[in-house]
Amino acid sequence: MITRKRPAAVACALLAMLTAGLAFPAGAAAGEPTGQDAPKVDLVLDVSGSMRARDIDGQSRMAAAKQAFNEVLDATPEEVELGIRTLGADYPGDDRKTGCKDTAQLYPVGPLDRTEAKTAVATLTPTGWTPIGPALLKAAGDLDGGNGSKRIVLISDGEDTCAPLDPCEVAREIAAKGIGLTIDTLGLVPTAKLSRQLSCIAEATGGTYTSVEHQDQLTDRVNQLVVRAAEPVVTPVATRGAAGCTGAPTLKSGLFTDREEFGKQRWYRVDVLPGQELRASVSVAADRAVNPDYGVLLRAVTVHGREIVRGEAAGTGRTDVISTGLRYPKPEREDSDGDKPAAETVCLAVTNSYSAVSGVKTTPGLPLELTVDVVDGPSQADDVASFGLGRGWWLLGALILTGFLAGLVWGWLSRWRVAIWRTN
Amino acid sequence: MRTVSVLSAALLALGLAAAPAAADSSPSPSADGEAAPTRAGTSFRTATEIEQGRQATASGSTGDYLYWSFPADTGQRPTVRATVKLPQAHASQTWQVDVYDGLRRRQACQYGAQTRTAAADAPSVELACVLRTVRAWSEPWADDPLPGTYYVRLTAIGVPTSDLGLPVGSEVRVDSADIGGSAAVDGSLAKPLVPGIATRPEEEQEDAAVLAGLEPEDGWSSGRWSDRWVWTALGGALAALAGVGGYALTRGPGRPARVPPNA
Repeated sequence: MITRKRPAAVACALLAMLTAGLAFPAGAAAGEPTGQDAPKVDLVLDVSGSMRARDIDGQSRMAAAKQAFNEVLDATPEEVELGIRTLGADYPGDDRKTGCKDTAQLYPVGPLDRTEAKTAVATLTPTGWTPIGPALLKAAGDLDGGNGSKRIVLISDGEDTCAPLDPCEVAREIAAKGIGLTIDTLGLVPTAKLSRQLSCIAEATGGTYTSVEHQDQLTDRVNQLVVRAAEPVVTPVATRGAAGCTGAPTLKSGLFTDREEFGKQRWYRVDVLPGQELRASVSVAADRAVNPDYGVLLRAVTVHGREIVRGEAAGTGRTDVISTGLRYPKPEREDSDGDKPAAETVCLAVTNSYSAVSGVKTTPGLPLELTVDVVDGPSQADDVASFGLGRGWWLLGALILTGFLAGLVWGWLSRWRVAIWRTN
Repeated sequence: MRTVSVLSAALLALGLAAAPAAADSSPSPSADGEAAPTRAGTSFRTATEIEQGRQATASGSTGDYLYWSFPADTGQRPTVRATVKLPQAHASQTWQVDVYDGLRRRQACQYGAQTRTAAADAPSVELACVLRTVRAWSEPWADDPLPGTYYVRLTAIGVPTSDLGLPVGSEVRVDSADIGGSAAVDGSLAKPLVPGIATRPEEEQEDAAVLAGLEPEDGWSSGRWSDRWVWTALGGALAALAGVGGYALTRGPGRPARVPPNA
């Protein structure tokens, strides 16, 4: 079996190598980092009245934040476009309506002039309200444009004072609009309520939440986040799956993102040639409070509705994401009659079994990430063992015994033949 | 069992000096030329790549989801060890390490404390996960570990709100036991299970973003070599020897006595 198949496989591989250049022109696939823009970071600093409290290493929260900002501005990598936005910096009054609009751009997002940015930071004095929601909306506007990674770093010492606009929902809306926007939050000497609110904002966008008690902690963390923004990351391509296989978008190899609502299906199509292997993996993120038991199902289905293979996963407890994947190697065609083999359209269906806890908004849908790779197919196994070879003492014993018996039989046979020859 | 296999390997190596050395032992920690990563990603997409045998560290916050990825090749049985250094004062927390393969399928741990609860104010918590042996091939309907990228996710799965955001330090290290020929199966993947491998540009680009780019120290193995070749060849040689022995037994020592000397 092996000897018959291997030359064919080698020939196929050679042919594939030769045709690969023609069949898949470089740069056609999605998810490539061609011409990616500079990463953008917007630091959003709470300058509300409570920042006057002197409880960070003996100095005021504001002083600690200023010192941290100075050190971060010094350490910011060249390629990062950094901006600074304040909230509650200008309006000292009691009018809630005006106070909740109090957010301003201190330093615009763009190439960084360290001296200028530091001078701007030095002017800040703790003043007003804490309008986190509106500030996040404005910060998202600051970062608009470009296809580089975008990050908002929110530093606050008190929860949002501008209900009913829930900053958590605002964060989710922002994440749903833009691709690759992450909000990281830092709480200065936080209360339990602030911890909950800031970690909710962070989880809504796949960001992180840190509680800060010391000044060096603040510097380290903000630095870490700015540097993280500078790392090259594959940006996914937005797509929109259909409710059924007909009308579903056809995807090529790459990384894609979509939104999937609770209890809804998302369908995509991928073309697979004979002898190719389709690899797909999907992860659905929990960007809001969900019940602690959940799952995801990814099915590869033919256009006629027959299921080929599925990947499923279920989980329980706190999670950021649930993911699964599948492989579908399409067999080589037996009757290769010369004409170009037709690609098979494989439909990929994604469903999730998250359920929102009561009172949580179900729109926009949960973030869905899909990777599709169409590669050459595997060489099939003809035997359980590698090339059908054996191994172990039992094998040696069996071979020795067989050899010995064969020798005996051969010896007796030849003795018998000699005896017959002699009698004749 | 271990000694038997070592003995047998030594015997085989002696018996067939010409045979290439059997598969290498687990990758040794490489020289300290490059620093081990000191950070972690926060999603599959941004996972920090680490090599096997290297200790990666990262500072994070309680409640973060920390991601690393490492390459594992055919015949290896990776063990993921994670240590979380908890802050001085904290409530009881449950930590968990999960391992996913290149298709983001969760991989089962054979042994090891994958989930552990740290008592209040405990200084650290140690987690471990021993994966199944990585095979060269499996049926598409199975979720056996295949050569490619593996993801490690470290997170607190049970944490009170009061502890959210507290600074923690984490250390992750992946080592592999080499299982060798006993796990050598037939068939092989055309390309390892590395996410984004179909869209990777032909020539290496500096600083280009890839989902996973790290390869094992000496590249992905072709899967053609295993110590089964040595065993089978040695078995054949021994069988031939035994055949000669059996034949000689039937003939007796020297020339038969009844044959005249001048025949």
